[in-house]
Amino acid sequence: MSLAHPLAASAGASRRAVLLAHAAAAHRSRAVDAARIATPHIRYEAILPEIVMLGGAVLLLAVGALVERQLRARVATFGTLAVSAGALGVSLWQWADVTSHGGFTAVDRAVVVDGFSALVNILVSCAMFLTALVADGYLRRERVEGAELHVLAMVSASGAMIMGSANDLIVIFLGLEILSIALYVLAAFNHRRAASGEAALKYFILGSFSSAVFVYGIALVYGATGTSNLAQIAGFLSTRVLTSDGLLLAGMTLLMVGFAFKVAAVPFHMWTPDVYQGAPSPVTGFMAAVAKAGAFAAFLRVFVSSFETLRADWQPIVYGIAVVTLLLGAGLAVVQRDVKRMLAYSSINHAGFVLLGLQAATAGGVSASLYYLFAYTFMVIGSFAVVTVLGRRGDAAHDIASYRGLARRQPLLALMFAVLLLAQAGAPFTTGLWAKLQVVLASVDHSVPLAVIAMISAAIAAFFYLRVAVLMYTPLPAAGAAPGVETPAEEPVPLGRGVAARALAPTEVAVPAAGAPRARPLWTGDERNAVALDRLNAGLLLDDDPMTLALVGAGDGAAPEDAVGEGALGDGAQAVSPPAGGAGRERVLVGESGPAASLAFDTLAGGREETLDVVNVLATGPARVPPLSAVAIGLCVAVTVVLGFWPGPLTAFAHHATLLFQR
Amino acid sequence: MTAAGATHAFPFLTVLVLLPAGGALAVALLGSVRGLSRAAIEWLGIAVSLGTLAIAIAIAALFATTTGGFQFVSDHSWATGLGVHWNLGVDGISLFLVLLAAVLFPIVLAGARTRSDAVSFVAWMLLLESACLGSFVSIDLILFFFFFELTLIPSYFIISGWGYTRRAYAAVKFFVYTFVGSAFLLVGILVVAFVHEHQTGVLTFSLPALEHTHFSSAGGILLFLAFTAAFAVKAPLFPFHTWSPDAYAEAPTGGSMVLSAVLAKLGTYGIFQFDLRLFPQASVDLAPLLLTLAVIGILYGAIVACAQRDLKRIVAYSSLAQMGFVALGIFAFTTQGLTGGVLLMLNHGLITAALFLLIGWIYERRQTSQVSELRGLQAPAPLLAGAFTVAMLASIGLPGLNGFVSEFLVLSGTFLTHRWWAVVATAGVVLAAVYLLWAYQQVFHGKVDLANSSTRDLSWAERVVIAPLIVVIVFLGIYPKPVLDRITPTVNSLVAQVDAATHTHQPAVARRGVAGTGAALAKKAST
Repeated sequence: MSLAHPLAASAGASRRAVLLAHAAAAHRSRAVDAARIATPHIRYEAILPEIVMLGGAVLLLAVGALVERQLRARVATFGTLAVSAGALGVSLWQWADVTSHGGFTAVDRAVVVDGFSALVNILVSCAMFLTALVADGYLRRERVEGAELHVLAMVSASGAMIMGSANDLIVIFLGLEILSIALYVLAAFNHRRAASGEAALKYFILGSFSSAVFVYGIALVYGATGTSNLAQIAGFLSTRVLTSDGLLLAGMTLLMVGFAFKVAAVPFHMWTPDVYQGAPSPVTGFMAAVAKAGAFAAFLRVFVSSFETLRADWQPIVYGIAVVTLLLGAGLAVVQRDVKRMLAYSSINHAGFVLLGLQAATAGGVSASLYYLFAYTFMVIGSFAVVTVLGRRGDAAHDIASYRGLARRQPLLALMFAVLLLAQAGAPFTTGLWAKLQVVLASVDHSVPLAVIAMISAAIAAFFYLRVAVLMYTPLPAAGAAPGVETPAEEPVPLGRGVAARALAPTEVAVPAAGAPRARPLWTGDERNAVALDRLNAGLLLDDDPMTLALVGAGDGAAPEDAVGEGALGDGAQAVSPPAGGAGRERVLVGESGPAASLAFDTLAGGREETLDVVNVLATGPARVPPLSAVAIGLCVAVTVVLGFWPGPLTAFAHHATLLFQR
Repeated sequence: MTAAGATHAFPFLTVLVLLPAGGALAVALLGSVRGLSRAAIEWLGIAVSLGTLAIAIAIAALFATTTGGFQFVSDHSWATGLGVHWNLGVDGISLFLVLLAAVLFPIVLAGARTRSDAVSFVAWMLLLESACLGSFVSIDLILFFFFFELTLIPSYFIISGWGYTRRAYAAVKFFVYTFVGSAFLLVGILVVAFVHEHQTGVLTFSLPALEHTHFSSAGGILLFLAFTAAFAVKAPLFPFHTWSPDAYAEAPTGGSMVLSAVLAKLGTYGIFQFDLRLFPQASVDLAPLLLTLAVIGILYGAIVACAQRDLKRIVAYSSLAQMGFVALGIFAFTTQGLTGGVLLMLNHGLITAALFLLIGWIYERRQTSQVSELRGLQAPAPLLAGAFTVAMLASIGLPGLNGFVSEFLVLSGTFLTHRWWAVVATAGVVLAAVYLLWAYQQVFHGKVDLANSSTRDLSWAERVVIAPLIVVIVFLGIYPKPVLDRITPTVNSLVAQVDAATHTHQPAVARRGVAGTGAALAKKAST
């Protein structure tokens, strides 16, 4: 190729001359290639994980069409599980091979097999496996037959794998397109929902635009360096000084824009909330994990290895992108009411953290980014698995209000989700904090302010994760609480004092005279409960309804939970049991609720709307958790917590993968 | 500084830290078992915390008074590639905070029970105990940070789940303040480790190793500020205190006790253990600033406390003043001041826990903690009034009770090096008498009215719960020697370390040690 072409380094050599020389060289080499069309030798074991994934997809498509209708869903799921397990096995084998024999390039140096690519392959296979588990329950619930979702996801996953092991800009583009086109279709998968179609269209238009930008970037880089091979670009740049590098810098910037779009970094994030919200929930989880993993893998490889010598040029840009991504992602997540949108913004915030590792541009930084991607994949797929389950039939119950009281209805699910959210917030003893720790340690290397900004964005982010977590542990009623009417959570309230009594006062419900020295039970009358229940069931509960206020005053979830037929009697009894220390004889006990969620939340939520949401949730009862989804959630939580307590293996893995980076 | 003292085969500290966490897990799992009564769960919680207390007492008994270094060290590699170790150790400063936490949690679990959802409450409390103990005994900075952060989650859930009217606001405020503070702490820790790695080539977070890191004077000051930001919020020191009155007042009784008595100590403990050891020069350089903030905190807390009409808020602001005294003792850099600071952390923990517990009981009986609505409680509830009197007088600093010893040490220690700060701070002592005696008079004296006349006195169970606190308050007022004996060696070595690093010397009179008790040891240390 043109690498041998002597480059005029004298001050007089104009950019034009350089370009012309390159064009001539490229022309010459094309002519030579045309003379003898030599197909490159292909080492199939180098691209075996991709082959397994893609071949599996094609096979499954064929098989899916042949088997009976009733069996299709099952065949698709277990076929996908088998294929992803196979791909995982092959990737692990690659990892073992790389650790013992070192990395190598194959297929005319277009593909590289090293620790980095093996890690990405392992990561993507795991993500595919978990997504198949989650998608199964979703497809059954939504009564969608056929293997399409699984097949498209596998195609997309193979695209991400290709991006991870690409050693040529063209191959990266190939992977990017395979990844994206399948995702466009997946986003529109639920064709009955208008939001889904809108999301897909938005994603498609912006995505194709970014692809075009990316290709243009490749063209410019090729024009400047005469090659699209990553290693050759690095070699070219390390041995030559470009007197005029405008073309190269423009190309590099366009590549960065393309990548930033795919990883959803600000200001190229506009599509993310809409697409994450509109796409079917399992697909959103897959998209958040796999698209990010693939794009970041290529992003890291291109910039840290090929453009290493231009570090001074791109580092400030990545720095700026990282700052706005961190802050905007966290800041905008705070004001979201839809959990999927919130998680979309939180994924933007996470992308900012991964960018910290990239902008450090050191081995430690790359290793930290890989660790982050790994930890993030399990946290985000787990979170979206819970969201999928709680989305209920129609995949629409994603309002934050419908999470209230989840701990009462489904304690285990709430606990799992709480752990995943806290891990994303960076709670100690989870992979979440180890990941943040490592990227921040990498960025401390040359920019302490960036590290501080990152941690402050983590503080903002922690706020909204905790908000959802606390909401789940806040019992149900009190939803219609008029702002300002709040009662102590645990303390007995005597009549004549306290808001409960005040709320009741204007009604005709007979209450003992205010100011009585000794308190009496406020809420013993079952008939009052019954009236409130009837209204609640009928959806007639309004903010200003005295009964609502009474219910709020009465606090405990006994009444509404009777509505769903859960064993609320015990709780009710608990609420009126004598207080500790034998203090109370007759006393009004406000149960454990009251509007315990944050004031900020209550103002955000707006009373009435939330009341109706709550009624809806109550009417349908606990969400059904399909066994396979439960397995997926359990796996994600297990990985997050176990590797949080025992951080050695994964850090060593990421570290090792970086050491085996084939330059 | 290396680990000294006898090595013990039994991993005391690891068990100490993990036992409550295991208890929390057990409670959470057993909580879902139907038919298990809430009393059983509560007893399980109390039993676990008493077991923890037993281990803490064993540690205190086996603690060697001859060395100032870390004892009971257990050091295991944890995150290999990152140089993070599971490194636990206890010294004279942390020993009594460990004991304080271990004593208070059983009292909280027994005396400040909640009416609702006992399972979650007990589980969160035990997890919080684990996190507190872990923070006090971690000598790996990352491990410390992990536990330091871990305290946030249970306390947030406790405030927002079981608190009073404005609990949501208080919990969010508490969380945001503390988390932003610890963001600086984490970055600070990483920078320290990074600088150390540059100087020695070893990436480690171990406190004894990092003590030898050299920082440029500006770098040292910035890092000191980053660390202190987190600790000052947690303590709280003026002007980072605004979350604390809300959090203390809105948290349930048990939450207020733990927040003010144990969690607040994490802040001042962090200043002792990390600021002074890692950045001695910056600590000395910035001492006037922090002393001034401490004095402002003392006066501001006292004056605002005078204006409060709610018992919980009065104690909350008096806590701010007391933590100001601790900071005063620290940044005086004398043996007396530092010893008094450590002792005051312990004493304030005991006193404020007792006060919050008693106020909680008053609230249970009267549904209010407003001073204006309480009157003449002495007549119907003499024992309650008696217990309150002891705790209140100890808080004022009456000689013969524990508060006096520590406050005296702090003020005399400060007087040696920073005379005028000590003089102004003394006004805080007078003001404390004003607001506490006023509140006491309003609540317990006077003619009892109808609403207050039927207030029940302490039940036997309550007497058993409050007794240990009262006994310790009186005992430490009369005979603080066992405590001072264990604090002094560590403080001496800390002072020597700061003096050596900054080429300053504390006044010779201060070197004679704490009112004679530590004189012999001090002489041994200085020779």
